[in-house]
Amino acid sequence: MDTGWAHISTSVIASFLASLVECVEALTVVLAVGSVRGWRSTLIGSATAIVVLLAIISTLGTALTHIPLRILQLTVGTLLLLFGLRWLRKAILRSAGLIALHDEQAAFAKNTKAMRQLTNNPTAWDKIAFAAAFNITMLEGTEVVFIVIAIGAGHPGMLLPASLGAVAALLVVTALGLILHRPLARVPENTLKFIVGVLLSAFGTFWVGEGMGLPWPAADWSILALIAAYLAIAIALVPICRSRSQSVSSNIRTLRTPQ
Amino acid sequence: MNWFKTILHEIFGLFVDDASFALAILLWLVLVRVLTHLGIPTSWSAIILFAGLALILCESTTRYAKPRAIKK
Repeated sequence: MDTGWAHISTSVIASFLASLVECVEALTVVLAVGSVRGWRSTLIGSATAIVVLLAIISTLGTALTHIPLRILQLTVGTLLLLFGLRWLRKAILRSAGLIALHDEQAAFAKNTKAMRQLTNNPTAWDKIAFAAAFNITMLEGTEVVFIVIAIGAGHPGMLLPASLGAVAALLVVTALGLILHRPLARVPENTLKFIVGVLLSAFGTFWVGEGMGLPWPAADWSILALIAAYLAIAIALVPICRSRSQSVSSNIRTLRTPQ
Repeated sequence: MNWFKTILHEIFGLFVDDASFALAILLWLVLVRVLTHLGIPTSWSAIILFAGLALILCESTTRYAKPRAIKK
């Protein structure tokens, strides 16, 4: 099976969008730390974490080439399914109003307050700023590494396009952070998570099928059919969940109201 | 090493936040694997795999919608 257009384009888009979400979340905390404690140690902390993450990607990327493709597809596909369906489920519940939306402004305010409470005048080398920036970049970056490897490892030659998608997201968010100097609160995070959940679930299903040796009706193009199917189901589930919760609420109100 | 523990916890959280949902996915994958070994027509196996996963997603989201509303 050749590495086709369906694979490359969906890999790059999935990797870019998923990494964009994680980078936006990391940027919020890095901005909060830098604006309160100073930029030098904060930026060194983030840069150190990025170097560690790049080393992990290159080490794992090399190691994965020694694992038989079927086993790799089954393992990576299973992890991708757990990850992607979890994201999709949460995005559906957020869209239905059952889980609160992630608020970057609120996260920025919370982190800024936390940094101010740590007082002790920041010196030229600020351990707290370094540790905070390193931790958040490692935390969100670990998710990016997993996404890149999961998307890229399931098919030969796909690690590079997936990595490029993630690097593009990092550059976009870094540029916006440098220009705006505030959290990217207008990024439609839940919509992105919804789309990424659909893409990762489709990839996971496809890889698991390939790993089990199941023949897909349209070979590589089945990925696009899986994306369309998951998207249709997810969109249909939003009003169903909303109305289900509302109908239960109204039933409870009716029971509580004296007749 | 506190950050390392946090990262390990975070990695686990990447895949599991609703244990029954994650378990249902894993059990379905095992079941499909077993069924394909038992000889279900292979042309349908991939579609059956997807259908089961879609059903698990539907069941989990609608189940979540109900108890959340009762809590209100």
